[in-house]
Amino acid sequence: MSLLEVSDLHVHFDTDDGVVQAVDQVSFGIASGETLGIVGESGCGKSVANMTILGLTRGPRTTIAGRVMFEGADLLQMGGEELRQVRGNEIAMIFQDPLSSLHPFFSIGDQITESIRTHRDVSRANARARAIELLGMVGVPEPRRRVDDYPHEFSGGMRQRAMIAMALANDPKLLIADEPTTALDVTTQAQILSLLQDLQDRLGMAVILITHDLGVVAENADRVLVMYAGRIVEDGAIDQIFYDPGHPYTWGLLGSLPSLDLHPHDRLPQIAGLPPSLLAPPQGCHFRERCPHAFDRCLQVPPLEARLPDSPAHRDRCWLSAEQKRELRVADGRIGLRERKSPAS
Amino acid sequence: MSSSAPLLEVTDLVKHFPIKAGVLFDREVGRVAAVDGVSFTVAKGETLGIVGESGSGKSTLCRTVLRLIEPTSGSVRFEGRQLVGLGQRQMRPLRRDMQMIFQDPFSSLNPRKRVEQIVGAPLKLHGIASGAGLKREVQELLDRVGLSPEHYSRYPHEFSGGQRQRIGIARALATRPKLILADEPVSALDVSIQAQIINLLSDLQRELGLAYVFVAHDIGVVRHVSDRIAVMHDGKIVEQGPADRVCSSPADDYTKKLLSAVPVPDPRHRR
Repeated sequence: MSLLEVSDLHVHFDTDDGVVQAVDQVSFGIASGETLGIVGESGCGKSVANMTILGLTRGPRTTIAGRVMFEGADLLQMGGEELRQVRGNEIAMIFQDPLSSLHPFFSIGDQITESIRTHRDVSRANARARAIELLGMVGVPEPRRRVDDYPHEFSGGMRQRAMIAMALANDPKLLIADEPTTALDVTTQAQILSLLQDLQDRLGMAVILITHDLGVVAENADRVLVMYAGRIVEDGAIDQIFYDPGHPYTWGLLGSLPSLDLHPHDRLPQIAGLPPSLLAPPQGCHFRERCPHAFDRCLQVPPLEARLPDSPAHRDRCWLSAEQKRELRVADGRIGLRERKSPAS
Repeated sequence: MSSSAPLLEVTDLVKHFPIKAGVLFDREVGRVAAVDGVSFTVAKGETLGIVGESGSGKSTLCRTVLRLIEPTSGSVRFEGRQLVGLGQRQMRPLRRDMQMIFQDPFSSLNPRKRVEQIVGAPLKLHGIASGAGLKREVQELLDRVGLSPEHYSRYPHEFSGGQRQRIGIARALATRPKLILADEPVSALDVSIQAQIINLLSDLQRELGLAYVFVAHDIGVVRHVSDRIAVMHDGKIVEQGPADRVCSSPADDYTKKLLSAVPVPDPRHRR
């Protein structure tokens, strides 16, 4: 049973240049205790989809359609007050940039206690004690002293720990982490990710991990969604995505990584061209214009569905047959996108 | 200069920044050793990769080598010639041979200049081309980096991040340099665009015999493009050697720590 079930989510922004179709036909679910990785390039809709779940994209020029079921209720139908009961309580979110997500005028402790007292009827002193406990749990040294520090007195890694402490304040069932380690150095990133994994094991929460780093996904996720130009193009278990990928965009992403089986200085298999503008996305498959394997049928949008009878949970949006995929995805002996022969129309 | 001499030879380079405090008169209360006794060489046509975390001094090192920042002490020799101590006027002809590509393709291009002005500026400054020759030269450079001639009179905001980085590369190539210092040239770009820029840089190296100092925090990328790798930590190079050797059997503890922290894009690796 899914903890959260997103069905046919559409998010459109009306801008002065036209309507941006930021999220299109997005459907996925996540179960308790699961880590779902969402990968994709900037502008693919991964952040917008998740912010919409929490009602953070609502506005006069936003059109939202679809359903987001969480514990029997549709989050998209909830009013502001009702949604506030969920947000920061049962579903919490951490953002990429910990400096701009913390308020510079309030101490770390005040910001954590606020998130506790918004949802729980506890005394100031008890909330403060809980804040100190949380800071200790996420590995902030000397939490009793640091609780009164301001964000600028924390380093980048410590700020991200404080953000995590705040998100965990009310024992959320689902944590949405949007590029939680992108602004951090690799050694700090490793500490934060292992902290998240450890907390997840202990608290049993589900985690949506949004990132553009396939390494982070490979080491942390149970399942992966690959997003491209507003749509999910592939959804599968971690091994299926990395070893049996079905969508040419996924092949291209995997192939373009410098890896040990490539000789240094060899050309990296690259994806030609640029992602399309979401103001006027191409007809049919959004990846069609960059895909060396595109054919007539790609002018119709391929549904996100299972392509192999024995793995129903592995879905992709590509018209090629399973046999064609297995043959075409090999470029120079490894998974990758072949170079296009003739230029795109 | 013998033919075996390195293109660039940096010896014991030091850059200290003063920490100042005081109300009316700034007093120096301490120093930050951003670059602290760094030595390395780069041969013609070679790529030296420099990896390290933020604050390790990688960018300061690049800027000090080019004398965009004045070094505190040490020596920088380019084709055997000592650069430290040269006046701005004496430096100028040498700048033709050494160019830089910056990390952020958004802030490193003047938003009020057209591509022709951005790429043409070094050609004019160094008196390489003018008039009709300038236009032809700029269009050739754009073509070389994979942009089309109609991009000639556009402004930076009309381009994507990857295309802007191509403009930055065209500008660096304009003076036909022998050495390019690339400071995190792909870290602001998306994965699929990263590969395009890395391929472009290797093609240019092969065609033009360029040497690169390639600074990045992504060890996978650095390993792929570099012949040799230097690892920086706290302003010092803690280890340097052939790229494969440094990555497969690191000798220094910090290098080991850094390498083990890099997430590997292979799920089998974590078990």
